[in-house]
Parts: sequence; C-alpha cells; structure tokens
Amino acid sequence: MGAKTSKKQSTKLKTVSNSEPSAEELKKLYRDMLLMRRFEEKAGQLYGMGLIGGFCHLYIGQEAVVAGAYAAQEPQDTVITAYRNHGHILVSGIDPKEVMAELTGRAGGCSRGKGGSMHMFSIENGFYGGHGIVGAQISIGTGLGFAHKYKEDNGVCLAYMGDGAADQGQVLESYNMAALWKLPVLYIVENNQYSMGTSTKRHAAGEFYKRGEPYGIPGEQVDGMDVFAVKDAVSKALAHIRSGKGPYILEMMTYRYRGHSMSDPAKYRTKDEVSEFKDKRDPITQVKSMLLDGLASEDEIKAIDKEIKAIVNEAAEFSKTSPEPEAEELWTDILVAVDE
Amino acid sequence: MTIEVLMPALSPTMTEGTLARWLKKEGDTVEAGDVIAEIETDKATMEVEAVDEGVIGKLAVAEGTENVQVNDVIAVLLEDGENASDIGEVSASSSSEAPARVSEEGESPAVASTVNAGGYVEGAVVENRDVLYAQGAVFPPPIFDEAPFLEDTEVVTVREALCNAMSEEMRVDEDVFLLGEEVAEYNGAYKVSKGMLDEFGPKRVVDSPITEHAFTGLGVGAAMYGLKPIIEFMSMDFAMQAMDQIINSAAKTLYMAGGKLGCPIVFRGQNGAPGKVGAQHSGCYASWYAHVPGLKVVAPWSAADAKGLMKAAIRDPNPVVVLEHELLYGQSFECPVSEDYSIPLGRAKIEREGSDVTLVSFSIMVGKCLEAAEKLAEQGISAEVINLRTIRPIDRHTILESVKKTNRIVSVEEGWPFAGIGSEIAAMVNEHAFDYLDAPVLRVCSADVPQPYAGSLEALAVPQVDEIVHKVKQVCYKD
Repeated sequence: MGAKTSKKQSTKLKTVSNSEPSAEELKKLYRDMLLMRRFEEKAGQLYGMGLIGGFCHLYIGQEAVVAGAYAAQEPQDTVITAYRNHGHILVSGIDPKEVMAELTGRAGGCSRGKGGSMHMFSIENGFYGGHGIVGAQISIGTGLGFAHKYKEDNGVCLAYMGDGAADQGQVLESYNMAALWKLPVLYIVENNQYSMGTSTKRHAAGEFYKRGEPYGIPGEQVDGMDVFAVKDAVSKALAHIRSGKGPYILEMMTYRYRGHSMSDPAKYRTKDEVSEFKDKRDPITQVKSMLLDGLASEDEIKAIDKEIKAIVNEAAEFSKTSPEPEAEELWTDILVAVDE
Repeated sequence: MTIEVLMPALSPTMTEGTLARWLKKEGDTVEAGDVIAEIETDKATMEVEAVDEGVIGKLAVAEGTENVQVNDVIAVLLEDGENASDIGEVSASSSSEAPARVSEEGESPAVASTVNAGGYVEGAVVENRDVLYAQGAVFPPPIFDEAPFLEDTEVVTVREALCNAMSEEMRVDEDVFLLGEEVAEYNGAYKVSKGMLDEFGPKRVVDSPITEHAFTGLGVGAAMYGLKPIIEFMSMDFAMQAMDQIINSAAKTLYMAGGKLGCPIVFRGQNGAPGKVGAQHSGCYASWYAHVPGLKVVAPWSAADAKGLMKAAIRDPNPVVVLEHELLYGQSFECPVSEDYSIPLGRAKIEREGSDVTLVSFSIMVGKCLEAAEKLAEQGISAEVINLRTIRPIDRHTILESVKKTNRIVSVEEGWPFAGIGSEIAAMVNEHAFDYLDAPVLRVCSADVPQPYAGSLEALAVPQVDEIVHKVKQVCYKD
C-alpha cells in the first residue's frame, strides 16, 4: 500500500496481505460481494422494467471497497456515504428486501418508500445514509466521529466519498476540524476515476490521499479492486484512529463498470479501459479464484451463487408485491411529535 | 422455466427504442453481467447486460428493429437442462408485471387530502398537530399557563436570558453542547456564552474554526448520533454558507429516512439589522427558514421569550432555528426565574390587547409595534399587538382570532417584503378570515434593497415606528 501510481490507474498497485485468509473468511467476502453484484444487476433490470424510478447509481465494480472495509470494522463503528449507497447498506446487514422495496418506492422499503435510491438508512446497523448532496456526508460523518469521541464509545465513523465529492470545500473544512480535535473518522475516497463523466485528470489537482497532509492526516492509496488490500489498510487505519491519533484518509483505487446513473452511456471512456478492470481485475473473480485454489469446490461456490440468487430474487419479488405507501404517509415524518 | 429478457428502459421517460445490435447469438452461453445487446434511444446508445446466466434460446427481435417497446420480450434464456422446445409462444409484449408509466386517462387526479380554507380544528387537545399544520389547518395553539411563571421574575438582559437557558439545559442534559466561532474563550462574539467555558469546559463549549459549512454539518452528524448540539452563527448572514446542511441534511432527513433518523439540533445567531454594519451583516432570514418543512423557527423579543424559547428549542427533538437580534441582547426585561420556563413552540403571545387593529410581528419589531400602539392610543386607535414568538409553526389560530375581532391587520417585520412572513400572514387571513376584513392586509417590511451602510439610508430601509403608525391609520381609513 501507499504505492505511488499515476492517476490513470495501472495494475501495478502493490497489495500486501498480512496473513493468509481462511476459507471461511474468503467465503464470507465472496458472499458479501456477490450479494452486492447480483442485487445491483437485479436493480438495473427492475429499473429497465420501469419498477424503479429516477436515479439509480449502481455499485457494480466497487464491491471490494465496502466488503473489505466492513470486514475490518467493529460493531460500534458508523458508516456514512453519498448517493451510491446500495452496497454500503447491504453489507451493513440489513434485509435486502427492504433495500429493493425502497428502490421500488414501496411501504416495505427501509425508508418506507420516502427516500428512494439515494436516501437509505439502517441506524440499528450503524449505517447513517444515503445522502444526495455531494460532499455533505463528509461533514456529517465528521460529526458522527465527534459524537463517538464525546460519548467515549470507542467508535469510529467511516465516511465515504467519491473522487468528485473529495473536491468539495466542506471536505477540507472537515479534515481541518477532524485533525484539530483528533476526531475518530476514517475518510475513504472511493476513486472510481470519474466524477460523473469528468475524469480525475480533468477535475482534481494532486492526489486525494495526500489532501490531508497539510493538516497532518496520514493517507494511503490502496488497490480498491483487491478486497484483502482494502481490509488490511482499513484495519491499520482504524487501529491508528482508535489509539486516539485522529483521522486517516484512504484512497481506494476502484472502478465502476456501469454508467454514473442508468441513463449514462459512459462515452467518456473506452471499452478497453472498462475491460481492463472488468475482465482482468474483478474483485469477485479474484476471490473466486482463490477459493477454487484448494479452499472450496466448484459445488460449494455454486451453492453460494444459488443462495445469493435466491436472496436477490426474493428481494425483487418483495419489492414488487409490497404495497405502495398509503396517502396518509405524505404527511408523516416531517417532524418528531412533541408531547404536550 | 425459461427466462425472458425484456427491452429495458434507460430512463423513466423512455417508452421505446431501437435494438441496434446483438452481441450474442442463439446458442451462446451467457453469464450474469455479460453484454448481450446494444440499444439506441434518441439520447444514447446503451449496452444491455444479462442479469441471469443461461443459454440464449431465442432472439425474439431482429437487429436493427426500431420502435421496440419497453418491456417487450427481446430474447429468451434457457436454464440448465432446457432446450428450444421449452420456449413457448413469445408474445409481442411481455406478460410480466411491468407497470404502466402513465396513469390511466379518465381517473380523477390523485390529490392528497388537505385541510385548507375554512379548515378549523376546534378543541383543547389537538392530535397530530404537525400533520394538521402541514395541511394548512387552523387549530388552537399548545396549552400554556404562563401566569404562575410570572409570579417569580428577575430583571435580566436578553443576553443573560439566553445564556441562562443554555446553561440550565446543559446542567441537566449531558448531551447538550455549544459549538461556534468564539463561543468559548472569547465568551461569545456578543458575549452570549459568557462564563460557559469556565462552567462546562472545552468538551462542551467548543470554539470552532471559521468554517460554517462543515461545522454545521458536524453538528448535524452529532445530532443524528443522539447529541443535542447548539450551533451558533455569529450572524445568520454567515449561515448562508451552511444553508445546505440546515435544509438538505437537518430538515429533510427525518422524512427521507421514513422517520428512522431525527436531528435534534439548535441553530442560533444574530439575525437582522444591528445598525451600520452593511448589507452582509444585517439580513433577516426568518422567511427563508420558515419556508422549509422539517424546521421550526423562533424569534424571541423579550428576555422571557429568549429564555423560554431557547429552552424549548433545546428540548425539542427537531431542528430549531433561533433568530436573535443584536440590538435586543442588551435590553432588560422581567424574566421568569423558574428552570421549568419553556414556552411551547407554535404559540404566539398577545403582548397588548386592542380592538381596532391587529399588529403581528416578531423579534425587535415587537418593541416597535408596542411603541406604535402607544402612539396610536393617543390618537384613539386601539391596537392589539401579537408577538409571534414562533414563526414556524406559526400560530394561525391566535392571529385569525384577533383579526376576527379587530377586522384589520398589519404585519411588521425586518425582512424584505417579497415572500416574507407578512406575505404568508396576508395569504392566511385571505384564506381563513376574508369575510371579517374591513380593509386590505398591509405589510411593513424592510425596503426591497440590500441593507445600506449610511445611517440616513439605513433609517429609511428598516421599519420605523412612524411607518407602522402610518400603515395602521391606512387600514383604519384615518390617514
């Protein structure tokens, strides 16, 4: 980790695994990532059928980032991200049915159909959304870190942002306060190389992992296609933060295979570039190969695939049959009622 | 069971497209995620990926076919052990559960029920107050017996009252903390938090960098985790930097989260024209915040207001904006001593009873209205002065009951006229008390210009007592 690379992501990022992963761990990561992948493919299909409206930002390609980070987290930690949040909420442990039903705008959705693709929350699992204003989640996440420290609960907030959000002024304002007050926040830049359709070369000066340097915040660049590199980097960063040393920045070099949202044909990049990641560095394929290298049989892998497919199909079915919100729901949840 | 591949929509508005190219042929094996076709719309060419694995049993639509309807079957996948004979008749359009994108003609429009003009709700106990408010209903304000609190009072400044309210709440609730520029070591830019650092320490009285956008977001995050932050803006003009966090994050999240994530936070600061500080330090933003569902907005005038509203704001489980006024900080008033003195939000106060005309205002303008009422009394006009205290939810009931009695109303505010609080009051009276009016509703507002610096111009820009008197005489036809 910490390898210097050009912004045009190469395959030369070094990955360091501290220990050989066990079969159980591999299977867990495979299952987590496959759930995100299959779920998102299904979401894309339901969008195509008109069951999901508006925006739908798929996480396909970036699964190793949240799967690896989640494997390194502790239960008291909190997570916050922007609008490409389906993967983050799924890995938190929520029932996928609630997520799919939120996408279809149904009463059974995790926000009862009132949030949609970009606004999902699972507070009981430590997931604080799901925010549609690029960069706003970083200040809020810094506040979650502030609260962890205030309450002395040994928690850390993992505050995710895309490479586009990293340019927002409030991100740097947040770095300043987090460093000043040694807040327990792990900033994770998911650098998928495009801020919607604008490449990092065209929108960002310098390197994202170095943007904490003026504030004394350590940063590293990590191969975000390698789930173990992610997990190791996050473990190390969390240990640093939990020891009271303040925030940390990890820049995950990753890639989204699909367009920014559903109607984006992604003409700003070449097919070769996409296939470089999709065909050669896919995080799920990597873990599958490791499993098949003596840790699991074809049949075991197939069984996992089948199990995930069933979960996703069940979620899709629920998202079609759960009723639409009642008209009365229009007026609820504007304010928390005050006892008189 | 064979799997039907349907013509996808690439946006909510797409109804048809061209199947430009097949990238797989019949008999090919596909994995989930494989690109199988390209389709064209008027906007773009997009790839269609397989969602399931299988063997392509049939390509139902030929390459180059135009006007393929969304959700038509374009291919059929065979799963393990199936062959072409398993494919039934492929219908032109899918039999599946695709919903109609456009509602059926002839249906009556789906409009959520609203209680509007004439929507009076009577009775002492009002259930679903927030719902009724959102629907525009008129209902009695929360019950509040203020008299017992007024039996034991002390003379304090508005500044001291605010400080006392915050300190009292911080003594009883560990989750309350104060954060803002110069709130701690400097004792507050306007000395509102004087002594609080000494009492509560730097963990709970936090000097922030000049970084409104992010420290407001930080407060929102802390509130979402269960703390009760008081975020001070040195001036509400500076809160413009943080408007996104106040509205998009603090006000909307409870709704977006289906009620699962609230934001108990107070945003407070000096709001209005303190005198000769120019256009960027003099704004009244009451109507900006009052416009937003999910926020509550209060604007104290007296020390009692300041104490009672601040305590209510801190205790409220929602985001509350407290609009203070620098020119009031040093003014002294009788103020209840009780630590239980919390004024229910949504209840106005009649500061002076009258029978000829109603004056409605908030913050510093309440004092000007009382002065005007004195002058008017000398001229034989009896003015009733309503101190709104809470701007959102506004106490429609008290305003309307007053206007039904006086039949005339003038609103007074320091904000600009366009879409101001006075505009809302005029609309409300129009909707609910039109038949009671003997004169049009008039408004007294700041001049519709950026605040000038020069004292002579500023006096013209900000509402003055004489202007209030003049407008009242207009509605009384005594001008």
